[in-house]
Amino acid sequence: MQNLIDNFFAYTITGLTIGAVYALVALGYTLVYGVLRLINFAHSEVFMYGTFAALWVVMLLGGRPGAGVGQVVFWVAMMFVAAMAMSGFIAVLLERVAYRPLRKRNAPPLIALISAIGASFVLAEIMGLRSRITAWVGLDDNLRDYVRNSRNNAGLPTIISPQPIFTIGGYHVTNVDVFVIVGAIAIMVILDQFVKRSRLGRGIRAVAMDPESAALMGVNRDRVIQVTFLVGGVMAGAAAVFYMLKIGITRYDAGFTLGVKAFTAAVLGGIGNLRGALLGGFILGLAENYGSAIVGSQWKDVVAFVLLILILLFRPTGLLGESLGKARA
Amino acid sequence: MRSTLKFAVPLAVAALALGACGTKGGDTATPAASGGAAACGNYKIGMFGALTGPNANLGIYIQNGVNLALDDYNKKHGDCKVTLENYDSQGDPTQAPALAKKAIDDKKVVGIVGPAFSGESKAADPAFNEAGLVTITPSATNPKLADNGWKTFFRALGNDATQGPAAAKYIKDTVKSTKTFVIDDASEYGKGLADIVRQDLGAQVVGNDTIQQKQTDFSASVTKVTSSGADALFFGGYSPEAAPLIKQLRDAGWKGTFVVADGVKDQSFIDNAKDAAEGTVITCPCVPADVAPDFQAAYKAKYNEDPNTYSGEGYDSATILLDGIAAGKDRSSMVDFVKSYDKKGVTKQLKFDAKGESADIKVFAYKVEGGKIVSVGEIK
Repeated sequence: MQNLIDNFFAYTITGLTIGAVYALVALGYTLVYGVLRLINFAHSEVFMYGTFAALWVVMLLGGRPGAGVGQVVFWVAMMFVAAMAMSGFIAVLLERVAYRPLRKRNAPPLIALISAIGASFVLAEIMGLRSRITAWVGLDDNLRDYVRNSRNNAGLPTIISPQPIFTIGGYHVTNVDVFVIVGAIAIMVILDQFVKRSRLGRGIRAVAMDPESAALMGVNRDRVIQVTFLVGGVMAGAAAVFYMLKIGITRYDAGFTLGVKAFTAAVLGGIGNLRGALLGGFILGLAENYGSAIVGSQWKDVVAFVLLILILLFRPTGLLGESLGKARA
Repeated sequence: MRSTLKFAVPLAVAALALGACGTKGGDTATPAASGGAAACGNYKIGMFGALTGPNANLGIYIQNGVNLALDDYNKKHGDCKVTLENYDSQGDPTQAPALAKKAIDDKKVVGIVGPAFSGESKAADPAFNEAGLVTITPSATNPKLADNGWKTFFRALGNDATQGPAAAKYIKDTVKSTKTFVIDDASEYGKGLADIVRQDLGAQVVGNDTIQQKQTDFSASVTKVTSSGADALFFGGYSPEAAPLIKQLRDAGWKGTFVVADGVKDQSFIDNAKDAAEGTVITCPCVPADVAPDFQAAYKAKYNEDPNTYSGEGYDSATILLDGIAAGKDRSSMVDFVKSYDKKGVTKQLKFDAKGESADIKVFAYKVEGGKIVSVGEIK
């Protein structure tokens, strides 16, 4: 306990950075749940593909520590482009292959859930076996650096070396911390405005509120669903970039734990609610860090899930409750 | 007509297939029976460890050594070759018992090199002991493994009861740390080792933490280490967690010495931690490559790289089993053969005490310098 009080700001800031990543991934769960009433369990893999896209583009561009500011800005910008494109593509592909055919046949939600879990395994294993897959098509020599040890960790070169910018309560807040937290919040504000103001955003809210009436009013449901998956994927891509900048190491199964955490964050804040996902992510990140400080890091996950159960006991719909349609998002 | 064809065609195909099987089986059986006379048992030795998965590098280094020993043997005994059977546990204790059963059921397997890790050893060795199938581990270092009274357990290297104190000694005498932080990964291996280091360092330990395997975000542990003012950190665990841990510590500006043990001694640690890995001290009961120049040269000729962590120990473990096969031992008589073995191997004098521990034990220190793991000598 004393340790937590002494280093309160250190635990808080680092908790908020990982919380920002949870929140961005949680948005994907919450958006899809909002319009389809479906938990997209393969969303964790959408995130994982984003981390690899971010890594690969830096490798391709020859990223290295100690480059000039202009160079670093360019690399980070390319990480966003690559990760968002990759995650967005995987999310849309998922919708096309794993969900739409089931929806067309009016399959019960449980079937879609199983399809989601299956898709998650397939995507993770494809990444885990990428060295074999490239060997089949005869590209293993050309892509050696990208696919070798495909079940091992893959690390990003430290392109931004963390430098302390200012100090709060003894903790040196680094440029990476600030970039991740501010960046994540900025992206969420943009999303919020997109859902609130744009035509497509209105479509998303309409379908979330009442799919049949929305269709009668001329909203193209399939198109709205596709856009929803795309937006969720792009958010996961952004999360992947922040994750790689902060953690720096990914693996074919990196999505699993993070996906569970992000899903928890979404439920914590009220699934289907965008601002809830944001709040849930930050609370979860903080709770994990405070819990680790008080009872030891091995209890980190226990603390997070006990918190979830406690909150659901008192507020079964999550902290902010309600769904995408009704919330004044 | 049509309906008869429907049945006749598959039947004919089936008959052909059966016939083919029969002749094929006969073909392989004949030379074995006539050529090797009564002596050749078509024996196999097993390689039990992580060959895929995040810890696969350590398993593959061992497997390379084992394959080299097999090559040597088969060159000399061309008329009765021994083959290698792989049991890929991915280093996962939950998969180990089923694989052990598979090895036991294959009566041609007369000995096992492995299991490579301590957790899987604990899970699989009771079955091997019951079946009387000898295991020589080239890498599992948890001391308690030898205390179970398993008659089939042999360890071709020092255990953590020697590695732990050596690591503690190195931290005290060479790193000259006065405030040491200790983290473990709650695994059989990592916790066992870290507890020994904690005990040996005593009051010098300024803080403790336990992380989980597969964890990637270590922000809470990083804060604990930096706020404790530690000048050295000992981590008991494997490289998938060690790499992100040291990377995040360096990102947070921690300047102390990172000390780890043999579980981190693989190239993937450096590949992933990159610059953050520089200066890391690695203790290991494994013998540096240059101690056995002949083995080093043979290994390099075959694999185009220097022998790595436990390659030599893997070679030695396999050699003991192969010597047993050459001496006409089968599964049941192999245990006594290994127990009374006493010969010089590439890593050390190969001889076991009553508990199956190596009689001749040394611990070495290594350091990460310029992206490579280099030997800095024995810890005495």
